[in-house]
Amino acid sequence: MASVAHSFMKIFRGSSAGPDQIAAPAQKSKRLTRRSSGLAELAKSFASEEPLCVLDLGSTSAANIRYLTGRGHKLYSEDLLVASTEPSLATKDEAGKPALDSKRFLSDNLAYGPGQFDVVLCWNLADYLDESLVKPVMGRLWSLMKPGGMLLAFFHTHEAGPDAPCYRYHIVEGDILEMHHVDPRREVRKGPTGVSHTTIGTGVRLQRVFNNRHIENLFRDFSSIKFFLARDHIREVLVIR
Amino acid sequence: MDTPKTAEFAHIGKSVIVKGDLTGSEDLYVDGQVEGSINLQGNSLTVGPNGQIRANVSAKTVIVQGKLEGNINATERVDFRKSAIAVGDVITQRVAIEEGAYFKGKVDIGKPESPGGRSEFKTDRDTVSPVANRAAAGTGSPIPGVTGKTPVTDIKKV
Repeated sequence: MASVAHSFMKIFRGSSAGPDQIAAPAQKSKRLTRRSSGLAELAKSFASEEPLCVLDLGSTSAANIRYLTGRGHKLYSEDLLVASTEPSLATKDEAGKPALDSKRFLSDNLAYGPGQFDVVLCWNLADYLDESLVKPVMGRLWSLMKPGGMLLAFFHTHEAGPDAPCYRYHIVEGDILEMHHVDPRREVRKGPTGVSHTTIGTGVRLQRVFNNRHIENLFRDFSSIKFFLARDHIREVLVIR
Repeated sequence: MDTPKTAEFAHIGKSVIVKGDLTGSEDLYVDGQVEGSINLQGNSLTVGPNGQIRANVSAKTVIVQGKLEGNINATERVDFRKSAIAVGDVITQRVAIEEGAYFKGKVDIGKPESPGGRSEFKTDRDTVSPVANRAAAGTGSPIPGVTGKTPVTDIKKV
């Protein structure tokens, strides 16, 4: 019976960081590893001899830089989640509710030429980014990607719960990611008056949960979407421009 | 903190502001502000925790603990410590980034600028992704199981 169960699990192995996730060597520092089917698909492109232009929108990762540049690809790194915490972006929407100034955000960030990137690593950005920035950012990413370019994004399912921790993702090898919990950090930022403020971030919180329809709408301008349902309450999405 | 002994490094203290081109043939530690350019061919630059640089930097090794806005061309190594905030493009042989460092820009490994030469920073060239080129030669999509140009959704349990 056990062998049947084992075979069954082998069939469905793939994107997973559930109870059977690969043992992390450094549990104390909240490091986990997970297998990523979406990354495995991308890895086929990374193995290409043709140099790719890759945009990594997660936290700055030496591992990702090493992995990608070691294969001859060009890597651009931009942590949009940190950039979205800029206090001067705060504004109000038409209904008077607090929002972030998406026009200003896009003038300060993602300032690249159109059709520049072959691959965009979005990781879990959409789940944690402020609502007012999600669609504008995805629209900008569409314009920055080459036709046929690929975008990898992770979305939590409802089962993940509102306190799902935010991770930074480091590529270990073809389909293995190491995940580090994003800890609160002290940040020095300039306020609207130009005075520097030191704040202690409280970490980032899951802003919403996208269902499949939401995800399809979010990427409706792209040509195709492929979902990978994982057992750790994550949907991996690989999108083609 | 990695504050070097002043006898080993030229030292710009945290109350010092320099505007202009800074050139030298010895290692430099900057804990103040520099605006312009820094050229230390064959030597290292360390930006201290209080350092604020707005300059293109050319050196053998660049270690950043503070803030650096500008392109870095390091023939040997770039080291972003956990308190680093760096915005600009990097060309070097090796990059080390501590957890918590913030970096925004392009990384190009193994192509340091030749002495006296022009920067090798380039805009990217192709208009169609090589991924797409490969797809065009095959199924029409680089993702197995996904074909066609109209929006396609493929859900896979793994």
